[in-house]
Amino acid sequence: MAMKIGDKPFFDRVDDALEDNFMRNAMAEAQDGLRGRKLKATVEDEQIGDWEEWRSAGEEIRRHTLENLDYYLNQLSENFARQGGHVYFAETAEDATRYIQDVAKKKNAKKITKAKSMVTEEIGLNQALEEIGCDVYETDLAEYILQIDDHDRPSHIVVPSLHKNKEKIRDTFRDKANYTGTSEPCELTAFARSQLRETFLEADIGVTGCNFAVAESGTISLVTNEGNANMVTTFPKTQITVMGMERLVPTWEELDVMINLLSRSAVGQKITTYVTNLTPQLEEDSIDAPNEFHLVILDAGRSNALGTEFQSALHCIRCAACVNVCPVYRHIGGHAYGSIYQGPIGAVLSPILGGYEEYGELPYASSLCAACTEACPVKIPLHEHLIKHRENYVEKKGMTAEKMAMKTFGIGASSPALFKLAVKGMPAVLGPLVKDDSISSGPGPMKLWTSVREFPAPGKGNFRKWFDDHKKGRNQ
Amino acid sequence: MAVGTIHNKDAFINKISSKLGRDRNESVILPKWEHRPQFEVLKGASSDELAAAFKNNSLEKSTYVVETDAKNLASALEKVIEKYGGGQLVASNDQRFTEYGLDELLKQTKAHVWNPVLGEENIAVTKKANIGMFFSDAALAESGTVVQFNDKDIARSISLLPMAYVSIIPKSTIVPRMTQVAQAIHKSVEEGNNLATCINFISGPSNSADIEMNIVIGVHGPVEAVHVIVNDM
Ligand code: SF4
Repeated sequence: MAMKIGDKPFFDRVDDALEDNFMRNAMAEAQDGLRGRKLKATVEDEQIGDWEEWRSAGEEIRRHTLENLDYYLNQLSENFARQGGHVYFAETAEDATRYIQDVAKKKNAKKITKAKSMVTEEIGLNQALEEIGCDVYETDLAEYILQIDDHDRPSHIVVPSLHKNKEKIRDTFRDKANYTGTSEPCELTAFARSQLRETFLEADIGVTGCNFAVAESGTISLVTNEGNANMVTTFPKTQITVMGMERLVPTWEELDVMINLLSRSAVGQKITTYVTNLTPQLEEDSIDAPNEFHLVILDAGRSNALGTEFQSALHCIRCAACVNVCPVYRHIGGHAYGSIYQGPIGAVLSPILGGYEEYGELPYASSLCAACTEACPVKIPLHEHLIKHRENYVEKKGMTAEKMAMKTFGIGASSPALFKLAVKGMPAVLGPLVKDDSISSGPGPMKLWTSVREFPAPGKGNFRKWFDDHKKGRNQ
Repeated sequence: MAVGTIHNKDAFINKISSKLGRDRNESVILPKWEHRPQFEVLKGASSDELAAAFKNNSLEKSTYVVETDAKNLASALEKVIEKYGGGQLVASNDQRFTEYGLDELLKQTKAHVWNPVLGEENIAVTKKANIGMFFSDAALAESGTVVQFNDKDIARSISLLPMAYVSIIPKSTIVPRMTQVAQAIHKSVEEGNNLATCINFISGPSNSADIEMNIVIGVHGPVEAVHVIVNDM
């Protein structure tokens, strides 16, 4: 499955990540930067009033939309088709890629440009198109960097190349694309511009993801900064947009609220440079617009959450605010999650989409400090979902809660810094619970195993030994 | 226009209904939302205050701002063209250029006015152009954003391909934020009107922060942006 990154077991990936100091520093810096920008554009921006009100508005819109998803998807598809667009409802990733391959074959397409494409990453679209002989060009700067670096995998849902610094990028450009410039971001970016310029104009098909679809008008909304999504949707004569089935809003009025929440939470902007809203009003004589527009609406496991305690996970608008505050992500980085969706939302969503067999251990990549829940612009109770996943997983595996607790604690204790975050970094949550060097009760990080027995609070040194001892226990 | 196709809809949607534990929902009334913070932003601001906020927020997005009135618009634009190095100018095919007395300027500067009859030639000229000029249909004070309702005459390429875009913003079209534009579009949809094929909200030059969080101005879209506010009130 294309959602998956790497074949190693989760705990081994964590070990690898913890040894990668460069990656960890990069993650920490990026997190601080992104979080700072978000705060400036949300709670600290007086112009927009009370940020909590915005979050509540987002929550009620998302809840209503998901509760009536059948109605709004019907409305969206009817409105899209009424104006000449084609809609394909895809139950699985394979259904979606097969349909897109068919369109590409019919169009005899050779060059395909892509933008805003996390969902197409999820369904493994590039590979499917390459199999039928198409050349696929990623055009988001971060995705472009990953693609030319031998299809490296994303480590962050908003900035997928976050794990690479400018020197690494320069070396990749030099080795793979004959770049001769410096590591200055301006120069690197200008190189990407020059490389892709003609490709944009020559492409036969443009493929995009979708930030939001508007049911009342059959409109696809893309929230971007680089101008590439406009290029991808302006010049090819055929456009294909792939959307997760939950990514819609009833009307333009709700779109407005969601765009504000997304722009500010994801990149700390009042609005992104481009908010491009595309409706298939196809004019035959239009020179710079597609005359064929396909919308692929994807389930691929999303419906597993409907009608369950996990339904609100589908409220997610992929802003990564939860990722940017997660102390565990900070230490293990994006690749350790083994999924294209990382951080707290990745740990919640991946088991829903891909099952517990593959992703059941991911919910343990959390200290349950609830920073994610607090950061989420649509108020998804992420840490509660993580706890519920753990309960389900333990039940499914027939493991004792205690044994799973050891696993969890293993992650937390595998580095002194991470351990501190997991245990002592949240005095407000845990402080009062640590008495006489043992953790006796309480919610938050310790809930799962303190409900089983008293757990020794970690001593001041030698965490590694503590971890090793318990790791042995884990493997028994 | 031919109606498009829809595949697999019923099975897909029926599954959703059953997962939601009920029969398929045939009608839904949008609730009256309890939380509506969007209407509080710049509430009651005068047009001067809106223009001032629009200006500040444009500057914040690395956009050069000019303020003028209808009488001096042509000469203000001339100066802008000069400041940005002249070269090929492309303009959208918009009646407002005539209404604002700009035909002479377009002629003088040998501007290419987008013309659907010329087909691909429009793109060939625009991709080499230095400046793309267009009227904004609405502008957002909160974020320094201009809005284009694109069709075959108000072409998408003009704000996208040239090195710089120059947008003319009648002061009366500046609203507090996206909310007011979204409301107007919603109303229009309710009245049964079709939307423009592309409604583009643009806030300054293209940019990226994908490399080590450094903001780089000028990625695939324009490298420079100019907002010319015209007092039409
Ligand atoms: S769960 Fe919330 S914070 Fe995390 S990506 Fe989704 S919307 Fe953003």
